[in-house]
Amino acid sequence: MFERKIFNKLKRVIEMYDEMLSTPHRTEIARELRDEDDLFLLLVYSDMLGIPNPAFYYTLELYPFIIEKFHDWHLRMGMEHSPLDGIRCC
Amino acid sequence: MSGIWLALIGFLVFFLGYRFYSKYISEKIYRLDPNYTTPAHKYKDGVDYVPTNRFVLWGHHFTSVAGAAPIVGPAIAVYWGWLPAFLWVILGTVFAAGVHDSGTLFMSVRNKGQSVGTLANKLIGQRAKILFLFIILLLVLMVNAVFAWVIAKLFISNPSAVLSVFIQIPLAVWIGYHVYKRSGSMLLPSIAALIVMYGTAILASYYDILQIDLVRYFGGEGAFTFLGMSATSTAFFVWIIILMVYVYIASTLPVWKLLQPRDYINSHQLVLGLLILYAGLFVTSPEITAPMTNTGVSDTPWFPILFITVACGAISGFHGLVSSGTTSKQLDNERDVRFVGYLGAIGEGLLALVAIIAVVTFFGSQGEFLSTYSSFSAAGSSGLGVFVQGAGALATGIGIPAAVAPTIVAVIIVSFAATTLDSSVRLMRYIISELGVEYNVPSITKKHAATTIAVVSSAALTLIPQGPNGFGSGGYLLWPLFGTSNQLLAGISLLLLAIFLKRRGSSMLPALIPMIFLMFMTLYAMFIQVFTSWAPWAANHDWLLFSFGAIVFIFALWIVITAVSVILSENKNDELKDVG
Repeated sequence: MFERKIFNKLKRVIEMYDEMLSTPHRTEIARELRDEDDLFLLLVYSDMLGIPNPAFYYTLELYPFIIEKFHDWHLRMGMEHSPLDGIRCC
Repeated sequence: MSGIWLALIGFLVFFLGYRFYSKYISEKIYRLDPNYTTPAHKYKDGVDYVPTNRFVLWGHHFTSVAGAAPIVGPAIAVYWGWLPAFLWVILGTVFAAGVHDSGTLFMSVRNKGQSVGTLANKLIGQRAKILFLFIILLLVLMVNAVFAWVIAKLFISNPSAVLSVFIQIPLAVWIGYHVYKRSGSMLLPSIAALIVMYGTAILASYYDILQIDLVRYFGGEGAFTFLGMSATSTAFFVWIIILMVYVYIASTLPVWKLLQPRDYINSHQLVLGLLILYAGLFVTSPEITAPMTNTGVSDTPWFPILFITVACGAISGFHGLVSSGTTSKQLDNERDVRFVGYLGAIGEGLLALVAIIAVVTFFGSQGEFLSTYSSFSAAGSSGLGVFVQGAGALATGIGIPAAVAPTIVAVIIVSFAATTLDSSVRLMRYIISELGVEYNVPSITKKHAATTIAVVSSAALTLIPQGPNGFGSGGYLLWPLFGTSNQLLAGISLLLLAIFLKRRGSSMLPALIPMIFLMFMTLYAMFIQVFTSWAPWAANHDWLLFSFGAIVFIFALWIVITAVSVILSENKNDELKDVG
């Protein structure tokens, strides 16, 4: 019982140590993935923003999946309000 | 007297500082509010704004701020005896660095996690922001030159460390890809990388063939190579070129590919290094052989030069950039400001403290110390080497062979310095781009143009100051300028904190007193250096140092004038509002 307690404590300390050191790395990877996502969203919304997109019809199918991310995306892109008439998130 | 006493007194002062002074600052001056919604919660995005456990955040903050600088400064400053450096490190940490680090963190938390530069613009105006940018530019330029010199010097004096340091690069890239592509943990791969590095260091300590000794390749000490340079000068020149090419590539890569995984490995080294040195100290209990004071020297007065020789470890403006840049966005609760900010400063103080102990206990007698530290320039050129040997001697206390210990210490210092160099060149590139935008010079806003300017100017600054032995032998002359730029940055952050506290209706004295102290010491030290040592009318004049020193002097004056005018106008203005 005592050994298990010590083992669990040690495990927790190692986990915290790992978390301590890996936080900045995880942040950078999350940022890199978010940048990729942002580019993808730009491609999906490009036609509505005035950039011709031959695959526009197909990207329409993705809207239900990405609409929740739209508000955060336009804020990150420096647009305080939704740039699209069709989507009035704020 | 045993070196253990210095450690124990240092621990006690740090403990009392944290227990009482930081409590007073947090409760009576900052008035930390546990119910305040921190930016990490308010703007939570899973990337920059992430509420983080305070122990984890402290570890992250500490490993970001600690590096090679709190080792080099104290190793030089013991020239005036161990007492002045010791007092400045422990009192500076408690009364200046603790307030500065926790204060910038608090200010940033109360202002949406904004950086000190943005806060300068908000609290004082556009002029202050530009001043801030120029001071950071100066600081990073000094960091690049000084750390490139440190690395080249250690590569020349410890050729057995070179291979380990270079092996770290592919290992870090491999770990970066491993985590990026497979989302794996970094813990085991990084420990494996550390074992490979130290294994290489051990082998290289015993087998000459694994030592990359450029001086030997160029014919050994005293030999002359092309252009009539000595072998040591040529080796230094070649190392600087290699380092600058490397840093150009490293600082233009995405950070997750090389910088971050290497940081992770270095964090292990920092924790391991501190544990080894303090454990070795308590096992070996070495006697202090350096004199308590050596302040009667005629070449460089301890007052005020000590206060710019030891910057990191006593107070460092760079910490404010980390506090307000990343840490403030991850603070879970406002009351954690005390734990993360103040204890982060104490962590760096502990590193500086062990650096002092390692150096002052290394020599067999006081005579040996005095002959090695025979002048300030001798202290500058040999301080780091003495630390490597002294720390190696402490490490032998826990069973590390005497032939291997200095190599491992050199690997640790070079790893810190290389990561700092990479981050610093990257930061310099960003600042050059920002200044390009500010002054409408689009050509320097491009990544490669800005990096080229950063790398070429840093290489030139490393190579130009020359001592009696050609390239590299005068690099230590830049160290006081690095310390001064760091103090200027801390000074402007403390000024911002003082204004911020006044606007909140708190006493500004805990920030204002260290700020006045720092600015006075910086101005006084620069006045002595610039007008009596480096000026064209001085016996050993140096145009490069004179120009840089004069710039630093003008910046320091600018900060003082800004501080006086802002504080006077604050006193006159009855309609001040809390910006928090």
